[in-house]
Amino acid sequence: MTNLKEKFISDFIVDERWRYVTGGLKVTLLVTLLALILGCLIGMIIAIVRCAHDQRGEIEKKTFGNALLDFFNAICKLYVTIIRGTPVLVQLLIMYFIILVSFKSKVTVAVLTFSINSGAYVSEIFRGGIMAVDKGQMEAGRSLGLSYIQTMIEIIIPQALKSALPSLVNELIALLKETSICGYIGLNELTRGGDIIRGTTFDALLPLFLVAIIYLLMVLGITAIFGRVERRLRQSDHR
Amino acid sequence: MITVNHLSKAFGDHLVLDDLSEHIEKGEKVVIIGPSGSGKSTFLRCMNLLEKPTAGQIIFDGQDITSKDADINKIRMQMGMVFQHFNLFPHLSITRNMTLAPVKLGVLSKDEAEEKAKKLLDRVGLLEKADSYPDQLSGGQKQRIAIVRSLMMNPKMMLFDEPTSALDPEMVGEVLEVMKELASDGMTMAVVTHEMGFAREVANRVLFVDGGKVLESGTPDQVFGNPQNERTKEFLSKVL
Repeated sequence: MTNLKEKFISDFIVDERWRYVTGGLKVTLLVTLLALILGCLIGMIIAIVRCAHDQRGEIEKKTFGNALLDFFNAICKLYVTIIRGTPVLVQLLIMYFIILVSFKSKVTVAVLTFSINSGAYVSEIFRGGIMAVDKGQMEAGRSLGLSYIQTMIEIIIPQALKSALPSLVNELIALLKETSICGYIGLNELTRGGDIIRGTTFDALLPLFLVAIIYLLMVLGITAIFGRVERRLRQSDHR
Repeated sequence: MITVNHLSKAFGDHLVLDDLSEHIEKGEKVVIIGPSGSGKSTFLRCMNLLEKPTAGQIIFDGQDITSKDADINKIRMQMGMVFQHFNLFPHLSITRNMTLAPVKLGVLSKDEAEEKAKKLLDRVGLLEKADSYPDQLSGGQKQRIAIVRSLMMNPKMMLFDEPTSALDPEMVGEVLEVMKELASDGMTMAVVTHEMGFAREVANRVLFVDGGKVLESGTPDQVFGNPQNERTKEFLSKVL
């Protein structure tokens, strides 16, 4: 017991080593939050392009608009294929050592990598949600005179989000934990914070378990928050 | 009000509408009947371009809506449509269902729209449902809401695509009642339906459609009482 207490003191108290954990936690949260927002934005745009392309039906005329949509759709498909087909760690290393090599900020590199990565997955989640909305909803909106975009924003997407929410939460949780690979580019996030302590004090047990518990608590928090959101969204269902 | 010239619609190789021409006068109530798969719903859906015609021309209120320059959203604002499956917006309250389009499209202010929604809901006896959600309503109630939702836009014409086909039998009457009232107010209506009683009572004209063509057109008395076309006779002998 005294042994454990000594370890605790050397792991966290001496030289204010607990700051590795709190500082790392801040970085993890920052990267996750920004990547979540940007990833959802990318995902939404891709999902709309893909759905607009797939739902436009047969085309009679080769117009410029149709050709443009074909082009963007092909790009989106390529993007999703490449991102989902390669490991996120490889993407992170390529971004850091090749594409964004002139960037000084590791946080920026991490945020961009995870946004782009998450966007591919989120786009498929949104696409599934949009496709699952009854096509009568689009027809009803359009028959009232609303444009495609207005109908999407006011009618289709709110319903799609509701059915996509569980999968989105899943993606958020995965994203949060995946940021632990940022140590590979020397970004001091939560996992690396714990690992630095381990490397300094040669005690693996306490720092690594602490890090694990912090991840677990964050995931529990996310689950609880979105469980509530889901219940609130269900208020229009009274079947 | 609306003139359809040589309208054709094909889905792939399958020709659903075959060189169909028709004219509907202002204030006229036209009921379209025919066997399933005859193209009657497609014909109706072509009128507000929910289906894009493969060939032909549609003139609505003096404007060629099939031309490239036509602003389809503007045209649809003047043409209400009621669907078989109601298509209310499940995530919005009844009031929001009704006020969304007129407010978004700048036809009415929010207050005006809410005022108008109240009046219309009162007219169809559903004022107490103003804050409910679609899933809390019966089929007949949903369809009545769908009708007044279209009326919020002050359409010049109303299209009904089998409005009572998805309803339990005891709810058909309440929806037809609203439609009759609308007809007596002078609304121009095109109705695809299997309700022959409604057709007899309300229609100025009945169209029998089969194989993508109008095979017979006339007053309800003519079409129901003395059909000329063999296929009309056959169809009516099955449904009457």
